[in-house]
Amino acid sequence: MSGLGNAALDHLRDVLERPDLSGTRYDLVEPIAQGGMGTVYRAWDRELARDVAIKVVRSELADSEIAGRLTGEAKILAQLEHPGLVPVHEVGRLADGRSFYVMRLVRGQELDLAALEVRTLPERLRLYLKILDPIAYAHSRGIIHRDLKPGNIMVGPFGEVLVLDWGIAKAVSTREAAGPAERTAALPGATNPGAVLGTYGFMAPEQAIGGSVAVDHRADVYSLGVILRTLINPAGSGAKPLVAIIARATAADPAARYAGVGDLAADVSAYLDGRPVAAYHENLIERIGRFVSRHQVAIGLVVAYLLMRIVLLVFR
Amino acid sequence: MSDRFPETRHSIVANLGSDDPAVRSPAFEVLVASYWKPIYKYLRLRWQLPHEQAEDLTQDFFADSLERQLLAAFDPAKARFRTFLRLCLDHLVTDEFHAARRLKRGGGAPVLSLDFTGACDEVTGVAAPGDDPDALFHREWIRAVFEAAVGALEAEYAAMGKSAAWRVFAAYDLDRVRDVAEPSYADVAARVGVPVTQVTNHLAAARRRLRVLVLERVRAVTSGEEEYREELRELFGGKPA
Repeated sequence: MSGLGNAALDHLRDVLERPDLSGTRYDLVEPIAQGGMGTVYRAWDRELARDVAIKVVRSELADSEIAGRLTGEAKILAQLEHPGLVPVHEVGRLADGRSFYVMRLVRGQELDLAALEVRTLPERLRLYLKILDPIAYAHSRGIIHRDLKPGNIMVGPFGEVLVLDWGIAKAVSTREAAGPAERTAALPGATNPGAVLGTYGFMAPEQAIGGSVAVDHRADVYSLGVILRTLINPAGSGAKPLVAIIARATAADPAARYAGVGDLAADVSAYLDGRPVAAYHENLIERIGRFVSRHQVAIGLVVAYLLMRIVLLVFR
Repeated sequence: MSDRFPETRHSIVANLGSDDPAVRSPAFEVLVASYWKPIYKYLRLRWQLPHEQAEDLTQDFFADSLERQLLAAFDPAKARFRTFLRLCLDHLVTDEFHAARRLKRGGGAPVLSLDFTGACDEVTGVAAPGDDPDALFHREWIRAVFEAAVGALEAEYAAMGKSAAWRVFAAYDLDRVRDVAEPSYADVAARVGVPVTQVTNHLAAARRRLRVLVLERVRAVTSGEEEYREELRELFGGKPA
């Protein structure tokens, strides 16, 4: 054959990367996201006449252990039924040999973008609490995420929160996920033992070290602490209790962190309600200030009543 | 030796440095089939050499590689094989003793039988993507990989008598011109004389096989799993210049 022109070459490079959906009930629409191990495409489900998302392992990783990791992610998600987690419809292998799974198409914005539209600190904290809920649920089922970051959290049009990308999630025993771990075990094909997986900047120190260091649910607590820091800046960065919550969640020593996501959620909720938080020991003035702030309506009424009585006494 | 890509499903890179000619020679054939066009075009476009000189230097490059076992010095820890080849080539171009060596070998007589005239025609239709030498060499290497794979696909289809399937693939995926709308399936079906419903089936099958052929060719000229993945990531995912 004669030489390939630029237009034909570009076209071939493009179409050969596209997943081969022949033999499935889906029509490819467009790529919508690209991750470390796979590309997510929007596709049309002809049988049910609806949009779906299909995650397909990247070409260069099709023959690697990553393909097993993609399947492992689908199996993990299938075990977790929660409004904050994306349901999986199907898993398998395409005609071109690449592993894939089909899931609900998530519509919305990534957390950092969505947060720009959430103006007040209390609103942001309430949004944050929605993130903690599915993670706490996953931990209760023995699954740790290990790659929590704003890019893996989607906020939907109704304010619902979905935690995505469980590609490097790890299964541990339920007891370990709920409390301090002695050791962890990877799902088959899920991780390469000793490899550093995750995202620097959001990754717990013990996870970043890699090797044989045990990583448990408190690595997720660390990442959630970093996310809280990014979420409250700059409005909440002056609030000492919030700073203390973040400091405890992101302590270098896992044992110094919150024992579980539930404890972290309890402290954030306490701050929102004007109650004392476990991570921060306030002095008397701060306690009075918080008391006044929490009960300002009642205190205002009492003060108004007292002022009225004084006025009546003076001008009687 | 022709520019047909020899059958291989394994990396030939390590074999290029072998002391055993029986091991080195087939590996060298794959090297030539994969790289002679990128090398020739690189010399024309990057170094602005005239056709005859670029042809001569391409021959020199492979002769040097074979005679002096230059490629045995490749260290996968330091660079990708493709980058290493380009650096060797740059070195050859700037080597002031090059002309003397060529004369000693016989005045630049061709060693390999390669279609330089065809490659020369192709150069005129290829725009150089900026001034980045590595990007230029990379793009021409990708083009060579795809050309070899498409050529193999054409040969397979011819051997199997799948003329209609090949013409569908060629009409839809190969006959492309920049800034011209892609043909519709109906156009292709009418041109080839097959039902429209068969067009997508033929395309899917051809692309599936072409993909395998491309992967085999990349595997052959990369030094290991990591380099193979890196090259594929850029080959499929990299945006063209």
